[in-house]
Amino acid sequence: MAQLTLEKLNKRYGDAAQVIKAIDLQVNSGEFVVIVGPSGCGKSTLLRMIAGLEDISGGNMYIDGTRVNDDTPSERGIGMVFQSYALYPHMSVYENMAFGLQLAKLPKDEIARRVEESARILQLEPLLQRRPKDLSGGQRQRVAIGRAIAREPKLFLFDEPLSNLDAALRVQMRMEIAALHRRLKSTIIYVTHDQVEAMTLAQRIVVLNRGNVEQVGTPLELYDHPANEFVAQFIGSPKMNLLPGTLVSAGDTESVVRLWHGKQLTVPIATPASAEGTKVKLGIRPEHIEWGTVADAPYLADVLFVEHMGNETYHYLDSGNLGEPWVVRNSRRSDIAAGETVGYSLPPEHCHLFDETGKAFARRATGNGAGRVPGIDAPPITFAEPMRTNVVH
Amino acid sequence: MSHTPEGLLPASAAAAMAPPPAAKGKRSLQQRRARAAWLLVAPALILLFAVAGWPLLRTLFYSFTNAAMDTPEEYNFVGFANYLDFADGDSFGVLADPLWWQAVGNTLWFTACSVSLELFFGMLLALLMNEKFRGQGLVRAAILVPWAIPTIVTAKMWGWMFHDQYGVINDLLLRVGLIETPLAWIAEPTLSMWAVVIADVWKTVPFMALMLLAALQMIPSDLYEAARVDGATAWQRFRRITLPLIMPAMIVALIFRVMDALRVFDLIYVLTSNSEATISISGYAREQMVSFQEMGVGSAASVLVFMMVAGIAACFLWINRFSHEGKETRE
Repeated sequence: MAQLTLEKLNKRYGDAAQVIKAIDLQVNSGEFVVIVGPSGCGKSTLLRMIAGLEDISGGNMYIDGTRVNDDTPSERGIGMVFQSYALYPHMSVYENMAFGLQLAKLPKDEIARRVEESARILQLEPLLQRRPKDLSGGQRQRVAIGRAIAREPKLFLFDEPLSNLDAALRVQMRMEIAALHRRLKSTIIYVTHDQVEAMTLAQRIVVLNRGNVEQVGTPLELYDHPANEFVAQFIGSPKMNLLPGTLVSAGDTESVVRLWHGKQLTVPIATPASAEGTKVKLGIRPEHIEWGTVADAPYLADVLFVEHMGNETYHYLDSGNLGEPWVVRNSRRSDIAAGETVGYSLPPEHCHLFDETGKAFARRATGNGAGRVPGIDAPPITFAEPMRTNVVH
Repeated sequence: MSHTPEGLLPASAAAAMAPPPAAKGKRSLQQRRARAAWLLVAPALILLFAVAGWPLLRTLFYSFTNAAMDTPEEYNFVGFANYLDFADGDSFGVLADPLWWQAVGNTLWFTACSVSLELFFGMLLALLMNEKFRGQGLVRAAILVPWAIPTIVTAKMWGWMFHDQYGVINDLLLRVGLIETPLAWIAEPTLSMWAVVIADVWKTVPFMALMLLAALQMIPSDLYEAARVDGATAWQRFRRITLPLIMPAMIVALIFRVMDALRVFDLIYVLTSNSEATISISGYAREQMVSFQEMGVGSAASVLVFMMVAGIAACFLWINRFSHEGKETRE
């Protein structure tokens, strides 16, 4: 358990572009932080810099207040889980987990104790004598985690650990990792490109784009108050719809936007007077658009196509911009068919507003709390007793 | 086919199905595959028998005769006399010839020295080439040059380089001050084997290096990163990760090289001609067969060369398998 501080951390390769640009970040002791971003955003490089596998070009990195820029990975006391698991193929599971401890010249009984303890936590005991090639993907993943745990590191680093697993296993391992964090209370930095993993695992998410931190916050903060268009569209699936418009009148509590088709909408968002008359984008999540009748609804659109997921339905509406339809998501079955014209409305309390540079204006409506989920009239789901999940005990 | 309902096929056809090749009906997929496989392999098998199997059998045959090189059709069977024979309290035959044993010693010494030096330098080069650097492709291509040069050319080239008066090697050593008088690399019995080993190592290191490089490139880089996280030093990474993982490829490369080295002939023959200090077992067989026209004795020596090479290769494979099984049972 340790605190990690990054101070103006940057990375450049030769004369080429900077891949990590002056990142400041503080990860508290015991915190689970997920670094998320599209491929090529530098998230793996950042993690590898923290691990000590990549040199730090500039800035400082501290673990528990000690500057560790020039320490080797093992001196930093980190444990790392690789995307490919990186298990030593010629060693048994036991040897894989014991390797680092042997190199650290720990006494034999201490090695055995630590390996067995890690194996017990991850339910690997029956597999200790097997070779990695005889294990399934999920088991390999657990061994890779076990190898990191056995080192009793100050800092756990996970580099896209679930991306090689199939969907069902990914959900299961996600829960196991969350349970593991609750149990070990260790500081975890976890890198993924999958915003669902970020949302479900993180206490705080760091959204990275082109080597810059776009936003840091709890999952719901990022969902409800994205700082810019990038975060707004990256967090949440399907991604947020962006509708072009112009800011007609600015205000501290309310602003009026004229949308692309001339209709005006008043939203509870603060905008500075200087922004009046500028182009803006109105953001709304697919689940927040509400249907109305063609006669009454303020907006009309043609339905391009409909995807039935079973538990929910995605409608793709003609935005006038080919290839970028707007998405409406309903939590129930829908009999709307492609080719129909539908009426819809944009509930102001769910709207986001971004300026020309993509930066968000501050929303006055907080979160989803007040909003209804469109299309659902049923009472909220409650459980008679807590759900039982068969995760690590 | 056995499930074909009765009546659909005439009885005669059904009976003919039992031996597959005679069947008139469609052969099973497996049979057709097997047939195609045999057809495809047949040319190679026939060729192999013609150029390797048949000469080997002939050599084995002649090793039991007293045929001479110029009249191979006139011979008498002499049993094992060409290998070993006792008469008048004295022993004869290849196995009783001190020069044969000298050749065996030379060959083993040559093999041990050159193959271990090749392994060492090949490993160094492979590790070097495995690192990323500017001009990597050029180095990989350039390093193949010695391997591409014909052995005779290599031997002649090194012969001139080792020349006692005009050779570049003596000249260099004199200039540097390591020696005070020129060395007779080729003529001096204690040096000539070293000259042969040096020339052979120069020629075959590229082969070893490329075999090992191919194996090194199969190792995913994140294993090394995991090892660094585990606190392994560079030497520990090499010893505990690299070496075990390239071992199978290394064994194969060693088998190739050991078998080649045991059969060495041209390099030694061209570089040091008929010197007894460097004669190899193949050179000995050639001497009996060509110089002395003793086809029977030469054949016997050739058979012994074959048995030695085959025996050592078999040992290698057996050790390799045994060490694998050892690992499996240890788990």
